[in-house]
Amino acid sequence: MIPGSFDYHRPQSVSEATAMLADLGEDALIVAGGHSLIPMMKLRMALPEHLIDIQDIADIKSISISGRDVAIGAMVTQADLINSAELQAICPILRETSLQIADPQIRNLGTIGGNVANGDPGNDLPALMQTLDASYILVSNSGTREVKARDFYEAAYFTERSETEILTAIHFTAPPAGHGFSYMKQKRKIGDYATAAAAVIIALKDGTVESASIGLTNVSDTPLYAEQASRLLIGSRLDDATIKSAVEAAKTITDPAEDGRGPKEFRVHLTGVMVERAIRQAIKTAT
Amino acid sequence: MNEQTPISREDRLQKLKGIGSARKRVEDARFTQGKGNYVDDFNLPGMLFGDFVRSPYGHARIKNIDKEAALAVPGVIAILTAEDLKPLNLHYMPTLAGDVQAVLADEKVLFQGQEVAFIIAEDRYIAADAVELVDVDYEELPALTDAFKALDDDAPLLREDIKDKMEGAHGPRKHHNHIFLWEEGDKTGTEQALSVADVVVEEKITYQRVHPCPLETCGCVASMDKINGKLTVWGTFQAPHAVRTVASLITNIAEHNIRIVSPDIGGGFGNKVGVYPGYICSIVASIVTGQPVKWIEDRIENLTATAFARDYHMTGKIAATKDGKITGLWCHVLADHGAFDACADPTKFPAGFFHIVTGSYDIPVAYVGVDGVYTNKAPGGVAYRCSFRVTEAAYLIERMIDILAHKLDMDPVELRLKNFIKKEQFPYQSALGWEYDSGDYHTAMEQGMAAVDYYALRSEQAENRAAFDRGETRTLMGIGTAFFTEIVGAGPVKNCDILGLGMFDSCEIRIHPTGSAIARLGTVSQGQGHATTFAQIVATEIGIPAEDITLEEGDTDTAPYGLGTYGSRSTPVAGAATAMAGRKIRAKAQMIAAYLLEVHEGDLEWDVDRFQVKGNPEAHKTMKEIAFASYNQAIPGLEPGLEAVSYYDPPNMTYPFGAYFCVVDLDVDTGVVDVRRFYALDDCGTRINPMIIEGQVHGGLTEALAITMGQEISYDEHGNVKGGSLMDFYLPTAVETPVWETDFTVTPSPHHPIGAKGVGESPNVGGVPALSNAVNDAFAHKGLTHMQMPHDHWRVWKTAEKLGLTG
Repeated sequence: MIPGSFDYHRPQSVSEATAMLADLGEDALIVAGGHSLIPMMKLRMALPEHLIDIQDIADIKSISISGRDVAIGAMVTQADLINSAELQAICPILRETSLQIADPQIRNLGTIGGNVANGDPGNDLPALMQTLDASYILVSNSGTREVKARDFYEAAYFTERSETEILTAIHFTAPPAGHGFSYMKQKRKIGDYATAAAAVIIALKDGTVESASIGLTNVSDTPLYAEQASRLLIGSRLDDATIKSAVEAAKTITDPAEDGRGPKEFRVHLTGVMVERAIRQAIKTAT
Repeated sequence: MNEQTPISREDRLQKLKGIGSARKRVEDARFTQGKGNYVDDFNLPGMLFGDFVRSPYGHARIKNIDKEAALAVPGVIAILTAEDLKPLNLHYMPTLAGDVQAVLADEKVLFQGQEVAFIIAEDRYIAADAVELVDVDYEELPALTDAFKALDDDAPLLREDIKDKMEGAHGPRKHHNHIFLWEEGDKTGTEQALSVADVVVEEKITYQRVHPCPLETCGCVASMDKINGKLTVWGTFQAPHAVRTVASLITNIAEHNIRIVSPDIGGGFGNKVGVYPGYICSIVASIVTGQPVKWIEDRIENLTATAFARDYHMTGKIAATKDGKITGLWCHVLADHGAFDACADPTKFPAGFFHIVTGSYDIPVAYVGVDGVYTNKAPGGVAYRCSFRVTEAAYLIERMIDILAHKLDMDPVELRLKNFIKKEQFPYQSALGWEYDSGDYHTAMEQGMAAVDYYALRSEQAENRAAFDRGETRTLMGIGTAFFTEIVGAGPVKNCDILGLGMFDSCEIRIHPTGSAIARLGTVSQGQGHATTFAQIVATEIGIPAEDITLEEGDTDTAPYGLGTYGSRSTPVAGAATAMAGRKIRAKAQMIAAYLLEVHEGDLEWDVDRFQVKGNPEAHKTMKEIAFASYNQAIPGLEPGLEAVSYYDPPNMTYPFGAYFCVVDLDVDTGVVDVRRFYALDDCGTRINPMIIEGQVHGGLTEALAITMGQEISYDEHGNVKGGSLMDFYLPTAVETPVWETDFTVTPSPHHPIGAKGVGESPNVGGVPALSNAVNDAFAHKGLTHMQMPHDHWRVWKTAEKLGLTG
């Protein structure tokens, strides 16, 4: 449990960091909160020669809200997400989800940027970002680009981000006021990744679904946006048959690995349970 | 020196904080402030670090070990392999179970994580880098990870080193992977009872491989002083004296030149009883280099290479009359011991005290047979917070009782009440050869039933089941009971020894001139609070306040010889030695008091903290006064000073017992089991410190919850260990832990000087069957007889699915 040798860098700005990345290339890794990378380094599954610690970069640490448009800096911690009253007012599912990540000590250091950029299918925030249809801001020496969360994940630990880019911020538009929401996660214990988890956001008008979106955590090698399942809910009055068909649609896109959390069949089944319970909870929270 | 103002007898008793006082733990001041002194806190000048190259394979031949690249790393001092240890005859070491274990793999590796080479480097970072650079050329061999296939004709030969040795430490071996067959009881008589019985139930019950997982992993610092020839080893040792003797026997260093020290230990639970290759390699490395060498396991190494627990595949058959009187018990165990038989049991008991399996019941005839086998798994088989194989036995009998009750359509609690050994039958001779010292099972069970309102729970369950069948709920309620009898306090020297060392224990007490004291014991606290509770025993026995008594354990140069702390033996054995040493001091103190008071000894009586003249309590001498006199007056016929040592050989084991009740709510769609209520009544005889007992019960129940609901070290067919990190190995946090309710009865042990029986392990022994019975009970009305542990989400869901309750 001792990492290999590496050089440690602590840039003070995004441009300084991207210059380092351009210079050091694939031998460098960015560390934010460190809760994914450092364990990997201790297991020597990650062996960076250079570690670029971005915690001193001041301008990627804030949450800014304008109307329903939200911009969250990459170094905003999960504890910050939980404690933001403004965020809670317009998009409470962020707090609900963050409270289900690990434990308070980890949430004090774990960042939203690290959580979504790492590409670990066990992380909770990527599926939520897909549910919110968020975009990630990627900055490199050669410029800035924006990639949809729904297009970002390629495979476990493989993402659209190139080795010379830093994910600096997350942008999304909060769902309409009065929307229903829920993040349902089953895990073996505090600190564990989900056996299966589902994020659901719905907007209702007079009992009819105007918009719906469903995301799934840790039931494939990437987070999943359950497009078909989401679409089935839209226009419905959330009767049992519709919910049942959405649940089945969500289950069909999963491909969980067998691990200590259980065999594939259980995790597929449980995805359905989480989706159904999240939909029913979202209905309760909609106003 | 009499006190200026007389204080009441009550106040004097209070001041002692003796037996029965809920005295706060004296250890906690340093533990809660981060001032504990654990082995990894030792840093000696010039200290080197050791680290292991470990096998990635479950079974493979070592064709070559290339150390060159690793030796080239600056700061690497040396690399040991089996070839280096062979000339010293240290490439194998004896195990506690009469087998040998490879210190460093000799030509073959037999389990994933096995020690192959030992790097010695200037710091642990360099050592870790060098581990990566040792190039071992392996030829993979077929791995054997299913104990049920170990004795097949075509099963791979694991132990080439003993392939021609068909007589093992415990009798003949019938196959190259067989270790022993150990039998107890009346096989013919039991089979006869089964054949004529009204009812026989049979079940295969596996107690899965788990790991004690103490918060502090194993480690040591070995320091060979080449000037004076003295070897000192600080380490995580539950039995330091035994380690000293074993170290002397295998290294040929004279025993007086070896000093073993157990500093603060961060939990043991049996994991720190055995001797591990890391200790031997560190000692050799220090001898070779002349510098201190530290070796500390990381978590993965601890979970995958040092001693596991359980891995018992049990078959039980229980016979009864149609009205529920048990007439016989037959058991067989296929015991998976891993690659080397390194079980930590008293030498004559290769399956520990598994033959306590008749439990709390008056069963006229019984038989136990245990076949030990080798597999490509880590060695071990320690008593994880239980006496030797007692928790396996308690799990088997308590599950079998529930299964029998189900078959007979009887309430499981009523079936227990019907078959309990009655109070007047004690001392009770069990069919498998034990003499139970004392018990009052009916009283304990009835107190527990009243506390939880047992029949009301059953009514609520009947309503829940009806509601479930009507589709109104997806939750099933389960009620589990366990009534366990433990066997602890090993043990009488006539039949209990470890490598020939009798399992007595010891205490030495010295009273200082000003009336305070130091007591030293042969045991070692790993969190049990010995410094608190043993001082209370001394306080009551000699009348000196507990806070004026220092407790010291764990240094073999100063502590009297003892066999250490495990199997709930500290209170039954060392606690008894403490009381007996105190009584020796009191006997001398009585002579001194008689001289000082100018009366005959027989005219004195002991009262709390003093000897007083019978009928004239004003004429008295306190222990403090007596202590001073013993140092400053020439008393005719008496040596100066006031100290005593006692080596206590217990006449029998002690038999703590308890009634546990558990209520669960089980979600059939997710497999989540919510422990709604857990009530634990323990009878550990005389209670020394109720607060510490409660803490021990809380801890033991939490470990029982961990085992029942999630812990498992399993292997795939290639010998890869699964669940070898805390990401997967279930260690519950406060969030997963329910509220534990505790209660007690007091049935003192008749043969123990203060009547105490030991308690630290009872909650694990009783907790596992109570929890498992509750989960099984939730499904019992749907036809389930038994589901294997751990009762984690997917297995519970799978059971529900098989019973047709899902979808």
